[in-house]
Amino acid sequence: MKYSFASMLAGLIFGLGLIVSGMANPEKVLGFLDIAGLWDPSLAFVMAGAIIVGLIAFAVARKRTLSFLGFNMKLPTNNHVEKRVVIGSMMFGVGWGLAGFCPGPALVALGAGEMKAVVFVASMVAGMLLFEFFERLELFARKAGEA
Amino acid sequence: MIEIAWSQFTPGAALAGGLLIGLAAALFLLLNGRIAGISGILGGLLTPTRNDIVWRIAFLAGLIGAPVAWQLASSLPPIEVNAGYPVLVVAGLLVGIGTRYASGCTSGHGVCGLSRLSLRSLVATLSFMALGFVTVFVIRHLMGA
Repeated sequence: MKYSFASMLAGLIFGLGLIVSGMANPEKVLGFLDIAGLWDPSLAFVMAGAIIVGLIAFAVARKRTLSFLGFNMKLPTNNHVEKRVVIGSMMFGVGWGLAGFCPGPALVALGAGEMKAVVFVASMVAGMLLFEFFERLELFARKAGEA
Repeated sequence: MIEIAWSQFTPGAALAGGLLIGLAAALFLLLNGRIAGISGILGGLLTPTRNDIVWRIAFLAGLIGAPVAWQLASSLPPIEVNAGYPVLVVAGLLVGIGTRYASGCTSGHGVCGLSRLSLRSLVATLSFMALGFVTVFVIRHLMGA
Protein backbone atom coordinates (compact mmCIF):
# COMPACT_ATOMS: atom_id res chain seq x y z
CA MET A 1 0.00 0.00 0.00
CA LYS A 2 2.74 2.44 1.06
CA TYR A 3 4.80 1.17 -1.86
CA SER A 4 2.06 1.80 -4.41
CA PHE A 5 1.20 5.19 -2.94
CA ALA A 6 4.84 6.29 -3.18
CA SER A 7 4.90 4.96 -6.75
CA MET A 8 1.85 6.99 -7.70
CA LEU A 9 3.29 10.13 -6.08
CA ALA A 10 6.57 9.69 -7.95
CA GLY A 11 4.71 9.14 -11.23
CA LEU A 12 2.57 12.24 -10.64
CA ILE A 13 5.52 14.50 -9.82
CA PHE A 14 7.45 13.07 -12.78
CA GLY A 15 4.54 13.92 -15.07
CA LEU A 16 4.14 17.42 -13.65
CA GLY A 17 7.88 17.94 -14.18
CA LEU A 18 7.54 16.91 -17.81
CA ILE A 19 4.70 19.42 -18.29
CA VAL A 20 6.50 22.28 -16.48
CA SER A 21 9.68 21.66 -18.45
CA GLY A 22 7.85 21.71 -21.79
CA MET A 23 9.06 18.20 -22.62
CA ALA A 24 5.52 16.83 -22.93
CA ASN A 25 5.47 18.72 -26.23
CA PRO A 26 7.24 16.72 -29.00
CA GLU A 27 7.83 19.86 -31.04
CA LYS A 28 9.96 21.26 -28.21
CA VAL A 29 11.97 18.03 -27.96
CA LEU A 30 12.54 18.10 -31.73
CA GLY A 31 13.68 21.74 -31.35
CA PHE A 32 16.50 20.37 -29.18
CA LEU A 33 17.34 17.52 -31.56
CA ASP A 34 17.51 19.91 -34.52
CA ILE A 35 21.01 21.32 -34.02
CA ALA A 36 21.37 22.28 -37.67
CA GLY A 37 18.24 24.44 -37.55
CA LEU A 38 17.29 27.01 -34.92
CA TRP A 39 18.39 25.17 -31.78
CA ASP A 40 16.38 25.14 -28.54
CA PRO A 41 18.77 23.99 -25.75
CA SER A 42 15.94 23.63 -23.17
CA LEU A 43 16.15 19.82 -22.98
CA ALA A 44 19.75 20.04 -21.75
CA PHE A 45 18.56 22.24 -18.87
CA VAL A 46 15.85 19.69 -18.00
CA MET A 47 18.48 16.94 -17.86
CA ALA A 48 20.79 19.13 -15.79
CA GLY A 49 18.06 19.97 -13.27
CA ALA A 50 17.04 16.33 -12.92
CA ILE A 51 20.61 15.07 -12.61
CA ILE A 52 21.55 17.64 -9.92
CA VAL A 53 18.81 16.20 -7.68
CA GLY A 54 19.54 12.66 -8.86
CA LEU A 55 23.24 12.85 -7.95
CA ILE A 56 22.33 13.71 -4.34
CA ALA A 57 19.64 11.03 -4.18
CA PHE A 58 21.97 8.29 -5.48
CA ALA A 59 24.77 9.39 -3.15
CA VAL A 60 22.34 8.86 -0.25
CA ALA A 61 20.92 5.63 -1.72
CA ARG A 62 24.33 4.02 -2.22
CA LYS A 63 24.94 3.95 1.55
CA ARG A 64 21.67 2.19 2.32
CA THR A 65 20.51 -1.41 2.09
CA LEU A 66 16.91 -0.52 2.90
CA SER A 67 14.83 2.39 1.59
CA PHE A 68 13.35 4.98 3.95
CA LEU A 69 10.10 3.00 3.87
CA GLY A 70 12.02 -0.17 4.73
CA PHE A 71 12.05 -1.86 1.31
CA ASN A 72 15.07 -3.54 -0.28
CA MET A 73 17.12 -1.23 -2.48
CA LYS A 74 16.89 -2.55 -6.05
CA LEU A 75 19.77 -0.77 -7.73
CA PRO A 76 21.13 -1.96 -11.08
CA THR A 77 24.05 -4.35 -10.71
CA ASN A 78 24.88 -4.81 -14.37
CA ASN A 79 27.44 -2.24 -15.45
CA HIS A 80 28.59 -3.96 -18.61
CA VAL A 81 28.22 -1.99 -21.80
CA GLU A 82 26.80 -4.77 -23.97
CA LYS A 83 26.15 -4.46 -27.68
CA ARG A 84 22.42 -4.61 -27.05
CA VAL A 85 22.54 -1.41 -24.96
CA VAL A 86 24.08 0.45 -27.89
CA ILE A 87 21.91 -1.11 -30.61
CA GLY A 88 18.70 -0.76 -28.59
CA SER A 89 19.48 2.86 -27.75
CA MET A 90 20.20 3.61 -31.41
CA MET A 91 16.82 2.17 -32.42
CA PHE A 92 15.20 4.21 -29.66
CA GLY A 93 17.01 7.35 -30.88
CA VAL A 94 15.63 6.94 -34.40
CA GLY A 95 12.08 6.57 -33.07
CA TRP A 96 12.61 9.54 -30.74
CA GLY A 97 13.81 11.70 -33.62
CA LEU A 98 10.94 10.61 -35.88
CA ALA A 99 8.13 11.54 -33.47
CA GLY A 100 9.69 13.66 -30.72
CA PHE A 101 8.21 11.26 -28.15
CA CYS A 102 10.05 9.14 -25.61
CA PRO A 103 8.07 6.90 -23.21
CA GLY A 104 7.40 9.39 -20.35
CA PRO A 105 6.21 12.37 -22.40
CA ALA A 106 4.13 10.06 -24.62
CA LEU A 107 2.22 8.79 -21.57
CA VAL A 108 1.69 12.36 -20.34
CA ALA A 109 0.39 13.42 -23.77
CA LEU A 110 -1.88 10.37 -23.72
CA GLY A 111 -3.25 11.53 -20.36
CA ALA A 112 -3.88 14.93 -21.94
CA GLY A 113 -6.15 13.17 -24.44
CA GLU A 114 -3.91 13.66 -27.46
CA MET A 115 -5.06 11.15 -30.09
CA LYS A 116 -1.64 10.93 -31.74
CA ALA A 117 -0.10 10.00 -28.40
CA VAL A 118 -2.62 7.17 -28.06
CA VAL A 119 -1.45 5.77 -31.41
CA PHE A 120 2.22 6.24 -30.46
CA VAL A 121 1.80 4.54 -27.06
CA ALA A 122 -0.16 1.63 -28.61
CA SER A 123 2.68 1.13 -31.12
CA MET A 124 5.27 1.43 -28.36
CA VAL A 125 3.52 -1.26 -26.29
CA ALA A 126 3.34 -3.43 -29.44
CA GLY A 127 7.10 -2.90 -29.83
CA MET A 128 7.66 -3.96 -26.22
CA LEU A 129 5.58 -7.09 -26.80
CA LEU A 130 7.63 -7.86 -29.92
CA PHE A 131 10.76 -7.54 -27.77
CA GLU A 132 9.38 -10.09 -25.26
CA PHE A 133 8.54 -12.41 -28.15
CA PHE A 134 12.08 -12.15 -29.62
CA GLU A 135 13.62 -12.66 -26.17
CA ARG A 136 11.68 -15.86 -25.72
CA LEU A 137 12.51 -17.01 -29.22
CA GLU A 138 16.20 -16.42 -28.56
CA LEU A 139 16.04 -18.21 -25.21
CA PHE A 140 14.25 -21.12 -26.86
CA ALA A 141 16.85 -21.27 -29.65
CA ARG A 142 19.68 -21.22 -27.12
CA LYS A 143 18.13 -24.03 -25.10
CA ALA A 144 17.54 -26.02 -28.27
CA GLY A 145 21.17 -25.46 -29.21
CA GLU A 146 22.35 -26.78 -25.86
CA ALA A 147 20.11 -29.86 -26.00
CA MET B 1 27.76 27.87 -36.16
CA ILE B 2 24.88 26.74 -33.98
CA GLU B 3 22.04 29.25 -33.96
CA ILE B 4 20.03 29.42 -30.76
CA ALA B 5 16.25 29.71 -31.02
CA TRP B 6 16.04 32.44 -28.37
CA SER B 7 12.28 32.85 -28.76
CA GLN B 8 11.70 29.17 -27.91
CA PHE B 9 14.44 28.71 -25.31
CA THR B 10 12.92 28.45 -21.82
CA PRO B 11 15.83 27.80 -19.43
CA GLY B 12 13.92 28.67 -16.25
CA ALA B 13 10.94 26.40 -16.88
CA ALA B 14 13.25 23.67 -18.20
CA LEU B 15 15.39 23.77 -15.06
CA ALA B 16 12.34 23.89 -12.76
CA GLY B 17 10.71 20.96 -14.56
CA GLY B 18 14.01 19.10 -14.48
CA LEU B 19 14.27 19.59 -10.71
CA LEU B 20 10.74 18.14 -10.36
CA ILE B 21 11.70 15.14 -12.49
CA GLY B 22 14.79 14.70 -10.32
CA LEU B 23 12.64 14.95 -7.20
CA ALA B 24 10.29 12.25 -8.53
CA ALA B 25 13.24 9.96 -9.28
CA ALA B 26 14.73 10.72 -5.84
CA LEU B 27 11.46 9.93 -4.04
CA PHE B 28 11.02 6.68 -5.94
CA LEU B 29 14.61 5.69 -5.20
CA LEU B 30 14.71 6.67 -1.54
CA LEU B 31 11.17 5.53 -0.60
CA ASN B 32 10.85 2.39 -2.76
CA GLY B 33 14.46 1.63 -3.59
CA ARG B 34 13.88 1.58 -7.32
CA ILE B 35 15.02 3.29 -10.51
CA ALA B 36 12.34 5.52 -12.05
CA GLY B 37 12.69 4.18 -15.59
CA ILE B 38 9.47 4.61 -17.52
CA SER B 39 10.13 2.04 -20.26
CA GLY B 40 11.05 -0.57 -17.63
CA ILE B 41 8.03 0.19 -15.45
CA LEU B 42 5.68 -0.07 -18.44
CA GLY B 43 7.49 -3.00 -20.09
CA GLY B 44 7.50 -4.98 -16.84
CA LEU B 45 3.71 -4.93 -16.90
CA LEU B 46 3.75 -7.06 -20.04
CA THR B 47 5.32 -9.98 -18.17
CA PRO B 48 3.82 -9.34 -14.75
CA THR B 49 4.70 -11.14 -11.55
CA ARG B 50 2.24 -11.23 -8.69
CA ASN B 51 3.78 -8.56 -6.49
CA ASP B 52 4.68 -5.95 -9.03
CA ILE B 53 1.48 -5.25 -10.91
CA VAL B 54 -0.14 -2.76 -8.53
CA TRP B 55 2.83 -0.41 -7.99
CA ARG B 56 3.60 -0.35 -11.73
CA ILE B 57 0.03 0.62 -12.52
CA ALA B 58 0.08 3.17 -9.66
CA PHE B 59 3.22 4.84 -11.07
CA LEU B 60 1.77 4.95 -14.59
CA ALA B 61 -1.57 6.24 -13.26
CA GLY B 62 0.30 9.09 -11.55
CA LEU B 63 2.16 9.88 -14.75
CA ILE B 64 -0.90 9.72 -17.00
CA GLY B 65 -2.94 11.54 -14.33
CA ALA B 66 -0.48 14.46 -14.18
CA PRO B 67 -2.05 16.39 -17.09
CA VAL B 68 -5.51 15.67 -15.64
CA ALA B 69 -4.44 17.07 -12.25
CA TRP B 70 -2.77 20.01 -13.99
CA GLN B 71 -6.01 20.95 -15.72
CA LEU B 72 -7.79 21.29 -12.37
CA ALA B 73 -5.61 24.33 -11.73
CA SER B 74 -4.86 25.77 -15.17
CA SER B 75 -4.88 25.00 -18.86
CA LEU B 76 -2.23 22.70 -20.30
CA PRO B 77 0.60 24.09 -22.42
CA PRO B 78 0.30 23.06 -26.08
CA ILE B 79 1.23 19.54 -27.19
CA GLU B 80 2.19 19.76 -30.86
CA VAL B 81 2.59 16.46 -32.71
CA ASN B 82 3.50 17.14 -36.32
CA ALA B 83 4.36 13.56 -37.26
CA GLY B 84 1.65 11.75 -39.24
CA TYR B 85 0.07 8.48 -38.11
CA PRO B 86 2.26 6.10 -40.18
CA VAL B 87 5.41 7.79 -38.82
CA LEU B 88 4.04 7.61 -35.27
CA VAL B 89 3.46 3.86 -35.64
CA VAL B 90 7.01 3.24 -36.89
CA ALA B 91 8.45 5.56 -34.21
CA GLY B 92 6.42 3.87 -31.47
CA LEU B 93 7.58 0.40 -32.53
CA LEU B 94 11.24 1.53 -32.59
CA VAL B 95 10.96 3.22 -29.18
CA GLY B 96 9.22 0.16 -27.70
CA ILE B 97 11.68 -2.45 -29.00
CA GLY B 98 14.75 -0.22 -28.61
CA THR B 99 14.19 0.88 -25.02
CA ARG B 100 13.48 -2.66 -23.84
CA TYR B 101 16.47 -4.07 -25.73
CA ALA B 102 18.67 -1.36 -24.19
CA SER B 103 17.04 -1.78 -20.75
CA GLY B 104 16.15 1.88 -20.47
CA CYS B 105 15.15 5.18 -22.02
CA THR B 106 15.58 8.90 -21.30
CA SER B 107 14.50 8.44 -17.68
CA GLY B 108 16.21 5.19 -16.69
CA HIS B 109 19.49 5.72 -18.56
CA GLY B 110 19.37 9.48 -19.16
CA VAL B 111 18.29 10.79 -15.76
CA CYS B 112 18.85 7.95 -13.28
CA GLY B 113 21.81 6.28 -14.98
CA LEU B 114 23.78 9.48 -15.38
CA SER B 115 22.90 10.43 -11.78
CA ARG B 116 24.50 7.23 -10.55
CA LEU B 117 27.49 7.79 -12.84
CA SER B 118 26.97 4.57 -14.79
CA LEU B 119 29.16 4.16 -17.87
CA ARG B 120 26.58 1.80 -19.37
CA SER B 121 23.92 4.51 -19.11
CA LEU B 122 26.28 7.18 -20.46
CA VAL B 123 26.88 5.03 -23.55
CA ALA B 124 23.12 4.45 -23.89
CA THR B 125 22.37 8.18 -23.55
CA LEU B 126 25.03 9.20 -26.06
CA SER B 127 23.71 6.54 -28.47
CA PHE B 128 20.07 7.63 -28.43
CA MET B 129 20.98 11.32 -28.43
CA ALA B 130 23.29 10.85 -31.42
CA LEU B 131 20.68 8.94 -33.41
CA GLY B 132 18.02 11.47 -32.40
CA PHE B 133 20.18 14.28 -33.80
CA VAL B 134 20.93 12.32 -36.98
CA THR B 135 17.29 11.36 -37.54
CA VAL B 136 16.03 14.94 -37.19
CA PHE B 137 18.86 16.16 -39.42
CA VAL B 138 17.93 13.68 -42.13
CA ILE B 139 14.22 14.46 -41.93
CA ARG B 140 14.41 18.24 -41.70
CA HIS B 141 17.51 19.10 -43.67
CA LEU B 142 18.14 16.27 -46.13
CA MET B 143 14.56 15.30 -46.89
CA GLY B 144 13.33 18.83 -46.20
CA ALA B 145 10.18 17.86 -44.32
